[in-house]
Amino acid sequence: MIQISNVSKHYGAFQVLTDCTTSVSKGEVIVVCGPSGSGKSTLIKCVNGLEPFQSGEIIVNGTSVGDPKTNLSKLRAHVGMVFQNFELFPHMSITENLTIAQTKVLGRGKEEAMDKGLKLLDRVGLKAHAHKFPGQLSGGQQQRVAIARALAMDPICMLFDEPTSALDPEMVNEVLDVMTELAREGMTMMCVTHEMGFAKRVANRVIFMDQGRIVEDDSKEAFFANPRSERAQQFLAKILHH
Amino acid sequence: MYEFDWSSIPGALPFLWEGMKISLEITLTAVVIGIVWGTLLAMMRLSSFRPLSWFAAGYVNLFRAVPLVMVLLWFFLIVPKFIEQLFGLPPGSDLRLTSAMIGFALFESAYYSEIIRAGIQSVPKGQMAACSALGMTYGQAMRLVILPQAFRNMVPLLLTQAIILFQDTSLVYVSALADFFGAAYKVGDRDGRLVEMLLFAGAVYFVICYTASQIVKRLQKKYHPA
Repeated sequence: MIQISNVSKHYGAFQVLTDCTTSVSKGEVIVVCGPSGSGKSTLIKCVNGLEPFQSGEIIVNGTSVGDPKTNLSKLRAHVGMVFQNFELFPHMSITENLTIAQTKVLGRGKEEAMDKGLKLLDRVGLKAHAHKFPGQLSGGQQQRVAIARALAMDPICMLFDEPTSALDPEMVNEVLDVMTELAREGMTMMCVTHEMGFAKRVANRVIFMDQGRIVEDDSKEAFFANPRSERAQQFLAKILHH
Repeated sequence: MYEFDWSSIPGALPFLWEGMKISLEITLTAVVIGIVWGTLLAMMRLSSFRPLSWFAAGYVNLFRAVPLVMVLLWFFLIVPKFIEQLFGLPPGSDLRLTSAMIGFALFESAYYSEIIRAGIQSVPKGQMAACSALGMTYGQAMRLVILPQAFRNMVPLLLTQAIILFQDTSLVYVSALADFFGAAYKVGDRDGRLVEMLLFAGAVYFVICYTASQIVKRLQKKYHPA
C-alpha cells in the first residue's frame, strides 16, 4: 500500500531524513516513534506530499508521490490524515467540517455527504454535537471529529501525526479507543505516536527513528522485547518508566 | 470680533447632500474594489511564484510611498484621456468622478492588501495543511477555509480603513469635484461664509466618522472580546 524507498530530505544544509526505507501493507498498522526532532512527523508528511523530499521514492497505492506529474490533490483525497492540533475548520459547524471535502472534493451530493458524516460522527460517539462549532468541543472530542472527517473521504489508508500529543491526559484514551477500533476493522494505518500502550495493543510493526534515520523496523514483539539499537533501548527505558 | 452667520447653511443642504453622495460613492467603490484587488495582491504577495510576489510587492510599495493627492492628480490628468480613447468618447467628457474612483481604488488596494496579507498570515499554517490533506486545491482551500477566517479576523481593520478612506475623499478637491467638502467650500465661497461652512462640514465629518468608529469598536468587542 505504501512503499517508501531511500527517501532523503534536507532544509538547506540540515539533513532531516536520511535514506529512509520501509513499507506498509494493506491492513497493517505501523507505529512510528522516536525522540523529538528525529524526523518522524516529516516522514509521515512526505507520504501524502505535504512535505516535499529531494531524493528517493514514495509509492502510495501505485502512485508515485514525488512525481511532478502526479495529481497530489487527487491522491490526498484518498489518504486520510489526522494532525496533532486537530485542524478542524473553526468557522464551520461540525457537520460542515464533515461534509465540505466530501462535496467539494469528491463531488458527493449534500444529503449523501450529510448521511455519511453523521454516521461517522455517531461512530466516534459525538452525534449529539453535530450542530456545535469546534471551539465548543474538548480537545479529545475535536480530535475524534477530525478522525471522522478523514474517514468520510473513504480513505485507503490513514496517517496519524501525533494525534494525542496536544491532549490533556484524560482525553488521550477516547482518541486511542477510536484508533484501536479502526485498526481492528482492518484500516491500513501509519501512526506517529509516543503511546507505547497503543503500539503494544494494535501495531503490527514498530519503526524507531533517530536523527532522520530509520534505526529499527521490526515486529512489535521483537521491538518491545529486545530492541537492537542502544538508542531505542534508551528511548524505551525513558518512555516506559512513566 | 467675528460674527458667525449660519443662515446660508439650510438653503445649501440639497447641494451639500449631492456632494455627500459623491463622497459616499467614491468611498464605496474604493472599498469594494480595494478589498477585491487587495485580496488578489495579498495572494500574489504570498505566492511562491517569484514574479507575482515581486509585482505585488512593487505595487504596494509604490502606492504606499507616494502621497494620495499626487496619485489623484495623476489620475485626474491621465485617466480621462485614456478612457476617452478607449471608449471613443468625445474629448472633454466629464470623467472626473470616474478617474477619482479609479485613483482611490488603486491607491487603497495597496493598503487593503497589507491588511489582508496580515489576515491571511494570522490563520494557522495547519489549516492549509488540513485542506491539502483532504484533497482540496489551493484555490478551494483559500476560498472555503483560509480567506473566510482571515476576513473574520480583519473586519475591524477593514472598517477602520474605510473610515480613513471616507475622510480622504475630501482630497478630490484637487480635481474641482464637488464632493461633500468641495460642495461646502463652493457654497461658503459663494456666500462669503467660508468659515461657517467649513466648521459645519468638519462637524459633519466628525459625527459620521466618530459614530462609525464607535460601531467598529463595539463590533470588535463583540467578536474579539480578548
